[in-house]
Amino acid sequence: MTDLLQHAFNGLVNGSFYALLALGLAVIFGMLGVVNFAHGAFYMLGAFGAFILLNEAGVNFWVALLVVPLALGAVGMALERLLVRRLVALDPLYNFLLTFGLTLILQDLLRMKYGSQPQPYPQPAGLRGTVDLGLFDFPAYQVFVLVFSVLVSVGAWLLLARTRVGMIIRAATERPELTRAMGIDVGRWISPVFGFGIALAALSGVLAAPMRAVSPLMGADLIILVFAVVVIGGLGSIFGSVAAGFLIGMLQALGNVYVPGLATTSVFILMAVVLLWRPAGLFGREETAV
Amino acid sequence: MSPLLSVQCINASYGEAQVLRDVSLDVAAGEVVTLVGRNGAGKTTLLRCLMGLHRPTAGTVTLDGADITGLPAHRRARRGLGLVPDDRGIFASLSVEENLRLPPGISDSAWSMDRVYESFPVLKERRKFPGTKLSGGEQQMLAIARVLRMGARLLLCDEPTEGLSPVLVRQIGDILRDVKAAGVTVLLVEQNVRFASTVADRHYLLAQGRVAQTLDNTEVKEREHELLEYLGI
Ligand SMILES: Nc1ncnc2c1ncn2[C@@H]1O[C@H](COP(=O)(O)OP(=O)(O)OP(=O)(O)O)[C@@H](O)[C@H]1O
Ligand SMILES: [Mg+2]
Repeated sequence: MTDLLQHAFNGLVNGSFYALLALGLAVIFGMLGVVNFAHGAFYMLGAFGAFILLNEAGVNFWVALLVVPLALGAVGMALERLLVRRLVALDPLYNFLLTFGLTLILQDLLRMKYGSQPQPYPQPAGLRGTVDLGLFDFPAYQVFVLVFSVLVSVGAWLLLARTRVGMIIRAATERPELTRAMGIDVGRWISPVFGFGIALAALSGVLAAPMRAVSPLMGADLIILVFAVVVIGGLGSIFGSVAAGFLIGMLQALGNVYVPGLATTSVFILMAVVLLWRPAGLFGREETAV
Repeated sequence: MSPLLSVQCINASYGEAQVLRDVSLDVAAGEVVTLVGRNGAGKTTLLRCLMGLHRPTAGTVTLDGADITGLPAHRRARRGLGLVPDDRGIFASLSVEENLRLPPGISDSAWSMDRVYESFPVLKERRKFPGTKLSGGEQQMLAIARVLRMGARLLLCDEPTEGLSPVLVRQIGDILRDVKAAGVTVLLVEQNVRFASTVADRHYLLAQGRVAQTLDNTEVKEREHELLEYLGI
């Protein structure tokens, strides 16, 4: 029993990464209609950002957790302004190709400099031991990742549900043209939203660095799974992507106990079943399904 | 005095198909003017051109003496154009109250929330509901109230009575007369000419993308049967 709980906990921690990545993908898809294939690359850049800052400048984890997402968020805004925006009016395939190509370039650049070998990143001081949560001890860093991700997700939800900016984003996601007719300059919000999504990917990357190996390909496998998470949660549904992220992390971990080896495949089987049963995803609205 | 809205020789098309041909019309401040015409005559397209949601191939739109032909939609809204679209345009992901608060207040004439709720008590009752959980008539009221809250000077209303019961049609008529009494100008797309003649001052008949005739209320009443037949109702 405790064993099972421990697996479930580990699953939730993995789910934290899915949730943050899926959240960023979902807001970008909702507002721009762009499937950002480079999301995994920005996750990887987030981890490398923390790694490089530590090794080249001695900047610690906590500073990196703040600085790296901000910096990569700004890079994301520039990317939207310079490239993504020009392709939005064309077939969605063009932006898919752009972000896919960018992913390959970024991966290879880091591979040239650091090789494919995973690089270690130390756990931040203060989060090295375990914490006693009653039933058994959990690694402190993992507990931190889980709590922090939940807080970020709740924060993002409050931002969208309770603020004027969030209201504008919801309206523009639903009907951009009508939102403009209501006197709102939708174009002004597109870059910040794209940057925000990228910053979330970078944040997950920094969080991943002390837990997982920092390597150029770390985002590549993960992102495919996150796409499945977004589809299961309901394309463009903010709440759905977060909920599906945690849910799938947990199902995957438990699946691994019973049918080792099938855990990743099972996510895609789940996706197929969900799509057959609810084409708009678990939390998607029917009219947003295309 | 120059008209509030002046449309000169607007041409518009979708791809190869030309939908509007040299449409010109004027609406004076404080007037309620209707645009009648068969299905597919180009009425909605004209409103979309006025709002900046469809780019005309030629022609100019002047609001209060200023050429707004090249302005994007949000700048036109901020100058006082308020669109009430044919599908009512209620946001499903926003509550009734959020639908009302979405457009920024653009002038002193913007209605306060209190005034909106006083005039539309049903919207106050339902203010926490998702916008699209309202009935058709309530959605129509919400769409009109929303642009009044913004402080629009010129309402572009696209078939507000379509699909509504006679009781609700009368209610929309009352609302439009109140709106007019409050000094707001209205360009109203309407197929129901009998209803139109109860709220409007003048009428433009649009046929195959051209202004075929302009009519006043007495002409509409005299020729009602002929017009209804022409409109295919
Ligand atoms: N998005 C579009 N793409 C291509 N053609 C269109 C589009 N919208 C409208 N049309 C065509 O343009 C013409 C005018 O359409 P419009 O919607 O302006 O007419 P309408 O007078 O509003 O009709 P209704 O009374 O049915 O609302 C029609 O022939 C229609 O089929
Ligand atoms: Mg129409």
